[in-house]
Amino acid sequence: MAGRANIPTNSSALIAIIADEDTVTGFLLAGVGNVDLRKKTNYLIVDNKTTVKQIEDAFKEFTAREDIAIVLISQYVANMIRFLVDGYNKPVPAILEIPSKDHPYDPAHDSVLSRVKYLFSAESVASDRR
Amino acid sequence: MAGQNQRLNVVPTVTMLGVMKARLVGATRGHALLKKKSDALTVQFRAILKKIVAAKESMGETMRASSFSLAEAKYVAGDGVRHVVLQSVRAASVRVKSHQENVAGVKLPKFTHFVDPAAASGGPSNASPSLTGLARGGQQVAACRAAHVKAIEVLVELASLQTSFLTLDEAIKTTNRRVNALENVVKPRIENTISYIKGELDELEREDFFRLKKIQGYKKREIERQRANARLFAEEQLAEDLALKRGISVGAAANLLVAGGEKDDDIIF
Repeated sequence: MAGRANIPTNSSALIAIIADEDTVTGFLLAGVGNVDLRKKTNYLIVDNKTTVKQIEDAFKEFTAREDIAIVLISQYVANMIRFLVDGYNKPVPAILEIPSKDHPYDPAHDSVLSRVKYLFSAESVASDRR
Repeated sequence: MAGQNQRLNVVPTVTMLGVMKARLVGATRGHALLKKKSDALTVQFRAILKKIVAAKESMGETMRASSFSLAEAKYVAGDGVRHVVLQSVRAASVRVKSHQENVAGVKLPKFTHFVDPAAASGGPSNASPSLTGLARGGQQVAACRAAHVKAIEVLVELASLQTSFLTLDEAIKTTNRRVNALENVVKPRIENTISYIKGELDELEREDFFRLKKIQGYKKREIERQRANARLFAEEQLAEDLALKRGISVGAAANLLVAGGEKDDDIIF
């Protein structure tokens, strides 16, 4: 109920990225990046100097911003703030875990995909039984 | 069951029985409708589940292709390309449009990505990305950009599926909760109330019947008594008439004795 009311229908929204430098570079090249008047970016480059606190703050900021519709987050970054990602349950902005170059993608860690898999197997079992 | 022997606190009257029956009909209809809604949502939900699994798999492929093309671009254009890219970010040219889709009364958000022409062709502010790799490796940079745009397409698609998934999940849970509440709490309660009202009304009717019977019996007995009195009176009348004809009143004779017995002290017995 809580999630259903607040789906904004504005004409354009941004895609935010929290990932390693290469992934961010690629998406910026595609034209996703945005820097507003206050020099606020819609992306965060995570390297080995970035603290978990910074990632947390960026995640919270991106999910609270109204002009962001999708947050792309590298899976290994998502694993660092797993408690935040799992606790997040609003439909908009959508959190999407993406594979990164250096870290293989593990579907078991994806919070949404694990639920999908669980429901999928449960439903197919249920439909078999019927 | 907690809801089994509960009933609403009502006055057992015929009017209330009518109201309760109307409510039971309403609850039954609502239950049927909600059940249908839940079924429709579940159908949609399963379709989305299948699509999500497929999209997640294709996302892996696309991301691999795009990071590979980025590696190619970096190899050809040199590592400096990424500083150029990172520093020349101004306004986003790829944006997301969101609109709603209505499935059985549930609003599902749908995202579609589009290229903002103002920002893409845009003046000097955004000219530099298109000039990236002008010195060398321009083709690889362009390929890399195309690969990432394609990745964004897939990701936006996936995000919209995922959002629909979460929203539908929530909606199905709510609907099922309502269906179960109607089925297991509201309907039994109303049924209990109806049977309670019917019981009370029957009881009242029986009481009324008994009272009427009682009154009837009382009246019958009364009539019987009056008739007996009348008969007695008629007999006495008859006897008196007879006595009058003979010249002496039965009552007078009796009175004579009684009066004498009362007044005359001389009479010993």
